[in-house]
Amino acid sequence: MDNLFILLILPIISALILAFMKSSTISKWTALGLSLLQFLLTIPFLCQFVPDAALQFEQSLPWIMSLGIHFHIGIDGISLPLVLLTNGLIPLIVLSTFSKSLKGNFYALVAFMQAGLLLVFTALDAFTFYVGWEIALIPIYFICALWGEGDRIKVNLKFFVYTFLGSIFMLVAIIYLYHQTPNNDFEWTSFTGLTLSDPTQRWIFWAFFLAFAIKIPLFPFHTWQPDTYTNAPAAGTMLLAGIMLKMGVYGLIRWLIPIAPLGVAAYGQLALVLCVIGIIYASVIAFKQQDAKRLIAYSSIAHVGLISAGVFAWNQEGLQGAMMQMVNHGISVIGLFFVIDIIERKTQTRSLHDLGGLASKMPKLAVFFLIIIMGAVGLPLTNGFVGEFLLLKGIFDYGAWFAVFGGLTLILGAVYMLRLYQRTMLGEVAEQQANIVDVEGYELVVLTIISILIVYLGIFPNGLLSLSEASVFQILQEVKF
Amino acid sequence: MGAIITLSLLGILVLYLGLYKAKNALLPVTLIGLVVALGFEITAWDKGTTPIYHGMVVFDNLALSFSILCIVITGLILLLSKEYFRAISSNVAEYYTLMLFSLTGALLVNSYHNFAMLFVGIEVMSVALYILVGIRKSDFNSNEAALKYFLMGAFSTGFLLFGITLLYGATGTFDITGVKEYVISNPQTISPLFYGGILLVLVGLCFKIGAAPFHFWTPDVYDGAPILITSYMSTVVKVASFAGFLRLFSYVFVPLHDYWTPVLLVIVIITLFMGNISALMQTSFKRMLAYSSIAHAGYMLFAIVAIGVDSASGILTYAIAYSLASVIAFGGLILVKRAHGSDQFIAFNELGKTNPLLAVTITIAMLSLAGIPLTAGFIGKFMMFHVVMQDYKIVLLVLAAINAAIGVFYYLRVVVHMYFKSADEGAVKVSVPLNFKIVFIIATLVTLLIGLYPDCILSIL
Repeated sequence: MDNLFILLILPIISALILAFMKSSTISKWTALGLSLLQFLLTIPFLCQFVPDAALQFEQSLPWIMSLGIHFHIGIDGISLPLVLLTNGLIPLIVLSTFSKSLKGNFYALVAFMQAGLLLVFTALDAFTFYVGWEIALIPIYFICALWGEGDRIKVNLKFFVYTFLGSIFMLVAIIYLYHQTPNNDFEWTSFTGLTLSDPTQRWIFWAFFLAFAIKIPLFPFHTWQPDTYTNAPAAGTMLLAGIMLKMGVYGLIRWLIPIAPLGVAAYGQLALVLCVIGIIYASVIAFKQQDAKRLIAYSSIAHVGLISAGVFAWNQEGLQGAMMQMVNHGISVIGLFFVIDIIERKTQTRSLHDLGGLASKMPKLAVFFLIIIMGAVGLPLTNGFVGEFLLLKGIFDYGAWFAVFGGLTLILGAVYMLRLYQRTMLGEVAEQQANIVDVEGYELVVLTIISILIVYLGIFPNGLLSLSEASVFQILQEVKF
Repeated sequence: MGAIITLSLLGILVLYLGLYKAKNALLPVTLIGLVVALGFEITAWDKGTTPIYHGMVVFDNLALSFSILCIVITGLILLLSKEYFRAISSNVAEYYTLMLFSLTGALLVNSYHNFAMLFVGIEVMSVALYILVGIRKSDFNSNEAALKYFLMGAFSTGFLLFGITLLYGATGTFDITGVKEYVISNPQTISPLFYGGILLVLVGLCFKIGAAPFHFWTPDVYDGAPILITSYMSTVVKVASFAGFLRLFSYVFVPLHDYWTPVLLVIVIITLFMGNISALMQTSFKRMLAYSSIAHAGYMLFAIVAIGVDSASGILTYAIAYSLASVIAFGGLILVKRAHGSDQFIAFNELGKTNPLLAVTITIAMLSLAGIPLTAGFIGKFMMFHVVMQDYKIVLLVLAAINAAIGVFYYLRVVVHMYFKSADEGAVKVSVPLNFKIVFIIATLVTLLIGLYPDCILSIL
């Protein structure tokens, strides 16, 4: 049961099964069952994973031999947490849609996207990576544009074309690197083993950086993000923020920095400055938002800014923090968007003007919301604390001033998150919200799982950290600049 | 050679069938004839690398693969034509005959080994089309298109012929091996006539493939012609012209690479931007496809700008991907136009709800044209980028990348209309007849097959 290929095939099979289901109830439960099966199939990988730096469960099938392309996949400590994150969060995301009457085609798109995401996180061949990178984009485009709201057509067209533009430059760089490899192949090891001249690495850096920075998104490439997140359906936002943006961060660690270390040496500081600007900029804007969903969208820019800053600091703490925080951010942000979705469904609004005093009506939701917010803010004993602490330590080792400004995220984050909590949960009860009921059923299940994860990872972060420790150590040894 | 003879005889046979009012036999007979021609091409595979008939034609694998593609695409288009031609003309047999003659010309262009045959092939291919474009006698647009196409076609043939004359003047032979030997044996003393000849031939061929700045006839002609004729022109004719282009430049003019590459490079860049930016502005699906076909000509020229070992298989893959996607797109357009009476984007509104399978098929075609992975179009684009990268023309690639993003923009517009916009005047059910279904299934499956496992095409050339 440790065949990585099965893990990639199952979502595609699920998508094909789900695509033709008309009944909402059946497709919901089928989607949940299949995504849980996918999660169960992931567990053997976790159990059999040896936490050293080696690539494991490797599989290489000949694909396009006339161009030296292999379907080469494998897992190491850097990809395993993200594979777990993907397969763990998708059942939760599916469960979070149970109140809506969605047909099988929605879940088919989610499953198809899962295949693309997993391909990105496991690919050890640049062509395979690129294929995964692109095909993850198609389903999320349809999810956001079909079930979204507001000006969904224009917003998502911008999202699609913007991210496509970024990735096509990456394709140019990948083909260039292919021509440099001694045996003309797309293997990850041949790409990272290249010794390229300084000017070459500089433009390679930009070609990859553009693709990843747009996806993450980093300031100033973030302009698609708030609109897309706000107008997407809740599940779409969860997929985008919870999992998809990790593709970009993963790409930085796996591809960009090992391939173009000299490029990073030249522009890494600039990238870090962009990350830090993004943190402060997004935090300030988040504070001014009235739309709760938009607020979280901006907070997400700030959080991933910090994660990327930790990656560009390129030291043990920074990278480990990034690995940890990628998982944490995925869990927290899904919780946040889910809570907002619940509030919107019960009160028909998510404007902070019209909300207030929900804690008295929904005490259970208030508790869960508080735990999730504490996790997002990074309070001790929650998962966010460990991640942000490591990230800031890493950034501090790189440059104290970066840590000073990056550290503002803790303060600013607390400010806007607590403002969000206060405006929704505390204060006086708005009139039209007099007779709403508390969360129940599947909503409780999702919120409980998320809260348990937040607290558990806050108290026992070592399990997660030890997965990636050896791989991070090795990649730092191999790539220096 | 069997295929060319079969098709010529088939054309005459079909004409006689029309004369004796055997209308129902036209399509089956034509299709059987095409299958026979296909059989001749396939059995000739890997056999003829030497020119035959006094060096007039050569049936090497390059010629055969492009010929097979042309025959298959023509077959698919004819399958779509079952009801189509009857609705717009009473003389159905003429259609089949003219298309078969045009196809014969296309096969000659694929397999010429002598400038005379290139000229004859292009003329046979084009003259039949001049009539086909204007076959809706009472339709003003169709007449305009036919006249424009005829004048421009005649004009460009003039360029081609003049170029061939100059090449003959310099080398004293029409045989392309002879011309090649002249180039190799006189590297220092090539006559200026020869250089002039290359440029004129280049211009003539660029007219035929619709590359900018010689593209001004394409939008109006594509728009005015009946949809099926447009799909034939933008696939078979273009593919054959590219095969001719490729043979000439990869076989004969390669040693003078440094001389003509800059010219072609400029043409490619103008073509890409011209095609893509104009396509962006269109509100009509048919005109959008016309302009996008200009852009695709630009991408296919990549393989000739950076001629190398993978050029032939690159151009073949791209041509297959582009032709199949175009057939789907034009087929979908015919159905939508039949239901709504309009070829504007808005006619596609709500197709995702009224006919989800057709919408998915068109979506796959659009994604293939846009070059998204797991479709044949991506492999085609990938091969083109790969071929250009062998020459390290990174600036060209960056420009191509920007154009690819523009392309996504207008191809997605169709998808947006199909899925996200609601129709004003109630939903009209678009029905898909059986013959369309067959064509769509074949084209979609091959598109996905090449997208998933491109080795089946890449390894044959």
